[in-house]
Amino acid sequence: MLEIKNLHVSLEEEDKAILKGVDLTVEAGKVHAIMGPNGSGKSTLSYVLSGRDGYVVTDGSVALKGEDLLEMEPEERAAAGLFLAFQYPVEIPGVGNMTFLRTAVNAQRKARGEAEMSATDFLKEIRAKAKELKIDAEMLKRPVNVGFSGGEKKRNEILQMAMLEPAMCILDETDSGLDVDAMKLVADGVNALRSEGRGFLVITHYQRLLNHIKPDVVHIMSDGRIVKSGGPELALEVEENGYADILAEVA
Amino acid sequence: MAHPAQKQDPLEARLAAHAMPEGAAWAREAREDALSRLRAMGGLPGKRDEYWKFTDPTTLNLPEPPRAQCFATDESAPFSEIDRLRIVFVDGVFDAEASDDLALEGVEIERLSDAQARDIHWAKDAYGVLETRGQTPVTRAHAALNTALAQDGVVIRVTGSPSKPINLTYLHKSEVSDAILHHLVKVEPGAEVTILENGPAAARFSKVMEVEVADDARFHHVRLQGRDHERRAVTHMFARLGARSSYKSFTMTVNGVLTRNEQVVEFTGNEAIAHIAGAALGDGKDAPFHHDDTVFVTHDATDCESRQVFKKVVRNGAEGVFQGKILVKKDAQRTDGYQLSQALLLDDNASFQAKPELEIYADDVQCSHGSTTGAIDEEALFYLRSRGVPEDEATDLLVLAFLAEAIDEIEDESLRADILTRLQAWLDRHRG
Repeated sequence: MLEIKNLHVSLEEEDKAILKGVDLTVEAGKVHAIMGPNGSGKSTLSYVLSGRDGYVVTDGSVALKGEDLLEMEPEERAAAGLFLAFQYPVEIPGVGNMTFLRTAVNAQRKARGEAEMSATDFLKEIRAKAKELKIDAEMLKRPVNVGFSGGEKKRNEILQMAMLEPAMCILDETDSGLDVDAMKLVADGVNALRSEGRGFLVITHYQRLLNHIKPDVVHIMSDGRIVKSGGPELALEVEENGYADILAEVA
Repeated sequence: MAHPAQKQDPLEARLAAHAMPEGAAWAREAREDALSRLRAMGGLPGKRDEYWKFTDPTTLNLPEPPRAQCFATDESAPFSEIDRLRIVFVDGVFDAEASDDLALEGVEIERLSDAQARDIHWAKDAYGVLETRGQTPVTRAHAALNTALAQDGVVIRVTGSPSKPINLTYLHKSEVSDAILHHLVKVEPGAEVTILENGPAAARFSKVMEVEVADDARFHHVRLQGRDHERRAVTHMFARLGARSSYKSFTMTVNGVLTRNEQVVEFTGNEAIAHIAGAALGDGKDAPFHHDDTVFVTHDATDCESRQVFKKVVRNGAEGVFQGKILVKKDAQRTDGYQLSQALLLDDNASFQAKPELEIYADDVQCSHGSTTGAIDEEALFYLRSRGVPEDEATDLLVLAFLAEAIDEIEDESLRADILTRLQAWLDRHRG
């Protein structure tokens, strides 16, 4: 699904290397988790994959379903099936949540040469999906993320994911700022989307989210590289001993 | 090329190009009075005039207007979805055939020339009256010129609540037309009317509308100004508001090498409200764009609320100007005044000049103003794109979001929808 090979990335403005050779393959149907201390490059990886400005790829490649992801504009990546759940979802005053999502759904469909979703079908679907995520109808009418609590913003990200049905989902610190109940709601939303044809990359600092979203593979990232990969037990090891032991071990 | 007119004073040259229309003695007097007031204020404004600091009046002063191409379109006419009474002017001349029957219950509508031909008419006590009041403390020479020379217009007296809006449509068919229209609107106590205006009007267009809103009366105004790139316009709305009355005016402007819209609103009765809003979009790619909103609100009564919301979206060298003043006189206690002017610059070439002013003599008032100039929010743009919305479409969404606060000032849902349709069409034509 997603193949990252020897990815090197620097900041555009200060010529500082952040990613120093990331190799990672996420297969369809699998959930991969990336853990790592602050500053290890986890969020940079998610930004680069989604096509945010400000980064320069100095080496390596990324393919999504065999296509060169790095050549694409952000909207093309989305249409090709990539979705990033933001760590800090952006507030957009004046743009209604519903308008935004409908525009996004239909823009992706158009880009893929599919028919647009009718207003009625869209409404039916978004209402059902919002209900599952305990997002009330009022929230859908409000401007995108404006006045939303931290938990509401994250649930709104998952709602977008559910509506857009991406092939490859990246969750960037989706657990940050969430209490246990909100985390469970978000995790249930993600778990409901798990399917054979879909890959997940869950970026998190803490193990707790992975109690709810069970990963198939866990990677530890440090200083711009994946330094260790293993099964779910690796996350537990981090939880118990912190990153220091693992990092010392691979150093 | 020397032309004798250029050697004269600009005002005399301009006057020479227009004959003062005939009318009853009172009309003639009002026009002559406007002319002498105009001369007393020193003639037409110059580039050094403080009130014209951000807008060059030269082409408005010239004896003949610069040529302005007429823009062909296959779009449906604005407001065409709305049941309305149409009054059509072609290059500033009333077109009876294209207009609807002027009879409508709750309102009396006449052509200005018909009203001015009669010795006894309510217009006698209205023509030029609010324009004259609006000349202090700042002079507005083009409004006085308009009162003196207006070639056509309508007088509208509202006695009830007419069942549909009155739509003044200004068509532009001659590349050299120099149109001067003057309208009077009198909304009698408790009455209510909606006036719609649309069209590019002429190569050069001067328009004054004097609006008397009596106690408990309501005046709604939605204007769509466009579309021909090379047209020039200077317009004035003069309004006087009685007790508990309401005045709501919204203008959307797209295109236009020069537009100066002045609104002069005076509260004379207590507990009245005035909302004045505008949205202007300009893209200098096709032709230069310059848009100036100049607003003067005078609170001379207690417990009144005034609200100004002006938004401009400019790119490719397009220029926006806002001059807005709230004057609160000594006895205008418990005034609630609000003024917002904002510009969205879509590139580094566009500009916005703002001069917000508050002058307050009463001690128990609440007045605020804000003015901002900014670019598209890159974070928001990326967020939209990351969800699959192409960049141009995402930019449009953000532009619409920026304008929303001004457009929301249109109370009527179908009118708001119509304006949004026009706005979307403009955005579609000006991608990238």
